Parts: sequence; C-alpha cells; structure tokens
Amino acid sequence: MILDLKKLKLRSVNEKLQNIDRKKNKRDFVVSNPEGNHAICAGLTENIDVTIKGHVGYYCAGMNQNANIIVDGNVGTGVAENMMSGKVHVKGNASQSAGATAHGGTLIIDGNASSRCGISMKGIDIIVKGSVGHMSAFMAQSGNLVVCGDAGEALGDSLYETNIYVKGKVKSLGADCEEKKMNKQHKTKLKELLKKAGSNIKPEQFKRYGSARKLYNFNIDNVSNY
Amino acid sequence: MCGIVGIYLKSKKFEKSLGGMLSKMLISMESRGPDSAGFAIYNKNKNKIYKYSICLNEVSFEKFRKEIKKKIILTKLDKNSDHVILKSTEKPSKILPILEGFKGISLVGYGKSIEIFKQVGKPSNVVKKFDLDNFSGTHAIGHTRMATESAITTDGSHPYSTGEDECLVHNGSLSNHNNLRRKLKKNGSKFNSDNDTEVAAGYISDSLKQRNLKQTLNKGLSDLDGFYTFIAGTHSGFAVLRDEIACKPAVIAETKDYVAISSEFQAMAHLPNVNNAKIFEPEPGIVYSWGK
Repeated sequence: MILDLKKLKLRSVNEKLQNIDRKKNKRDFVVSNPEGNHAICAGLTENIDVTIKGHVGYYCAGMNQNANIIVDGNVGTGVAENMMSGKVHVKGNASQSAGATAHGGTLIIDGNASSRCGISMKGIDIIVKGSVGHMSAFMAQSGNLVVCGDAGEALGDSLYETNIYVKGKVKSLGADCEEKKMNKQHKTKLKELLKKAGSNIKPEQFKRYGSARKLYNFNIDNVSNY
Repeated sequence: MCGIVGIYLKSKKFEKSLGGMLSKMLISMESRGPDSAGFAIYNKNKNKIYKYSICLNEVSFEKFRKEIKKKIILTKLDKNSDHVILKSTEKPSKILPILEGFKGISLVGYGKSIEIFKQVGKPSNVVKKFDLDNFSGTHAIGHTRMATESAITTDGSHPYSTGEDECLVHNGSLSNHNNLRRKLKKNGSKFNSDNDTEVAAGYISDSLKQRNLKQTLNKGLSDLDGFYTFIAGTHSGFAVLRDEIACKPAVIAETKDYVAISSEFQAMAHLPNVNNAKIFEPEPGIVYSWGK
C-alpha cells in the first residue's frame, strides 16, 4: 500500500501504520514524498515492512517495535530513538543522536552518522558503514556500536557496558573508554552484526573499545575525570 | 530554536526565482521561529549606487521623503511596505550619519548589492508583506526567530548587518556577547540592540577589516563563546559555521545550479532537483564558504 504524504497528513499516515487492518493483513507499505517531515513511522508496534522513499526529518522510526523500516534517503536527528525491537535501515546519512537511548533492535546506516550516534544506547545494535561524529556512544549502557569508517572526538565517553567496534581511526577516546582485547566471542558477534548489514569486512580489521569501569562509583582519585 | 536558510546560485538559471525559493524556505521554518522573520537578498551591481535598507517604523513615507530630500541627493526611493530602499551615489561616510541621526527610523543594512527586510510577525506574513516571491538575485539569506535573550522588535530581528554588504543570521545563543560588545565599542563599533547576534555581526565586520571571511570565522571559533550555526553573507557569497559542540542543526544541499542551507531538510524539500543533490551536514568547527 502506498501512503503519499503529499495527499495524506502525517498523522493519518502514522495512524494507518500503527493500526494495521488485521483482517486484510497487508503488511507491506511505501511512504512516498516524505519531504523532510518529522516523526514519520514513529511508534509502530506491528511486524510490518515500510519503505520510505526520500529524505526524512527528526525522530523517524522513534520507539519502533517489531517493524522493519527502510529509509531510501537521509534522516534527521534521532532516527530510531528509543527503539525497542525491529530493524531500521537508512540508505543515506544520519544526523546527530542516531539510535539514542534505544533498548533493542538493529539500526543500519549505509552512510555517515554525525555526532552523538548511540548516545545512552541501552541494548540496540547500531552498524554504521561510514563514519560517526564526536561524542558517539556517550553514556552508552549496553548493545553494540559498529563503525566501519572513523570515529570523532571523545568516543564512548562515560560509557557502561556497550561494545564499540571501529575499523578506521578514532580521533580520541572519551573519559573511561579504552581499547579492549578482541576475544573469540566478540569476533563471532561482530561477524554476525556485519552480516546483518550485508558487509563482508573481516572482524579482524576492527578494534574493540569498552569501559575501563573506573567511573562506575565515585572515587576521589578519579575526581579529575568527572 | 530559530530557523536559518540560505541559497547561493552557482548559475544564472534560478536568479529570477531566487525570491520564490527563499520565501518557501522561510515559511517552512515558521515552526522554528514564529516571532519575527527577515531576509537579505543580494544582486549584482556594477554601478556606483549605494542602497540603504531602512525600516520606517512609525515615520510616514511622505514625511521621510520630504525630510531626507533636503539632506541627500536621492537617486531613487523605493517603498516596500514599512521599509524603503534609498538609492544614492553619495558616499556612505556622508549618508550614514544623516540616517543615524534621523529619529524614528532604523537602518537595517546598506551596500551596493544587499537589500534587507525584517519585521516582527509570522514568517509567512512577513514574506507576503515584502513580496519576497518577486525578488531576484544571486544569493540570499533568511531567518525565522524564536526570541530568547532580547525583545521581539525589528531591531531584535535578523539578519544583522554591521558593514557594507555584510549580514549575519544565527541559530543559537552567545554567552560572552556583553564583554565582546564592550571591546568592540571601544574600537568604534556601534550597536542598536542588546542582541547577541548583533555583537557577532559587529565582530565579523571588525575582523573583516584585516581578514577575509574564512579567516574571520576561523578566528571566531575561539573568540565567540556559545552555541551557533551562522550564515554570514558578503557581496559575493556566504559562509557557514557551526560551533564545535554542534547542538544547533544545519543541512546543506548542493547541485550544479545552487547551494542551499537550512536548519532542517524540510525547508529545502521544494527546491528544484533537490532529491539528486549532494546532501550533507556541515561538520562542527569547519568553515564552509561559497563565492569569494
């Protein structure tokens, strides 16, 4: 079913996608003419496929559960923010705070993601085929962030238990983020994530970064790090 | 919040439709800035005529014309709503003091190629009032304002112009503008409002006396403290700069015919061939410029 945002209001498009007709059980949708609108495909809960044909604005696919959403264009701030499950695939670039605070699901970005990618992520897997901007994975709590390009300044600042894998250069690591050993289980997981994103890059080409766990509890010796 | 927009034409193809393109961009940024709006539009001008953009405020057009004719050799006086474009071959050094001394009006900008119009009210009303759709030009910059740190007045609206053919629009806020204003005043800069952006515009004008626009903005990275995405215009083009934290958004679309910048992509969604444009976010702390 084609939902044309030139003919339909954003609210009615989202309502249709949030309340699919179970009797007809049509689960394939195309959203055309998004024209940079905000909050397209926000709050979807069903196992449906949606392709958005064009560039979108802020908070696209926010709070997603179960839906498989493809954006054939660029996305604005906060794509898939607070996603719980499902999959969001961005074919272009993403603006800041991609996958912010998301608890689950998979976010794949074919291009670059700008600053604060995966900020406060809580279990999502994010795979960026290009590079990420500064402060990515800031306060990230769990899940995986895979970056096939480079990472900007202060990567993984104040992070908890997220695994960060970067193939290219890291401009600088944030407070309490350090390079970690890549064990067999990490390579297996990374291989699986790269496969999900359709990438053939070998896990051996990546470095893993994680928390030094020195900022978990207040310690007067670390006061300069706070 | 605030919305900023700009178009720089690389070819002549869209010169006649520049006003219409900018107008739609401003209207779609109304949600980011419903308090006031303004735009600066540049045209090529090879003759020696200077244009002074003036907001008449409460002064009637007839009264202004009658009085100003006594003091200035006028080439032309074009009325556009509550603004006038005063054209004269006389030097700015003679005309500026006369206009500054004229009670009740506000000089919003001057130069050989720039015209500036700005007013309080919804952007959709402001662009209609000045008939922006029918403007042509080589490049243009616009702003929709959500006022945060100074009053909703014409003087508090953007673009700010503090030098010949210069203008600045700003999304963000500066924290060291009072100190900087004091320093610039000592060097002879004049300010009409308490607005932070006016200080940034004054800073740029002051620095341009010794540097080019790119060098000026690079220096601004250490001298201007706060959040910002700037678009700074000159007679030949414009430059874009985001602060190094990059909280304030910006997206650029470039085709073979034009470069467009706006706070959000939706402001550019109507532009010709935009879906095939190279679309990217300007990186923090890096100056992007088009034209000289």
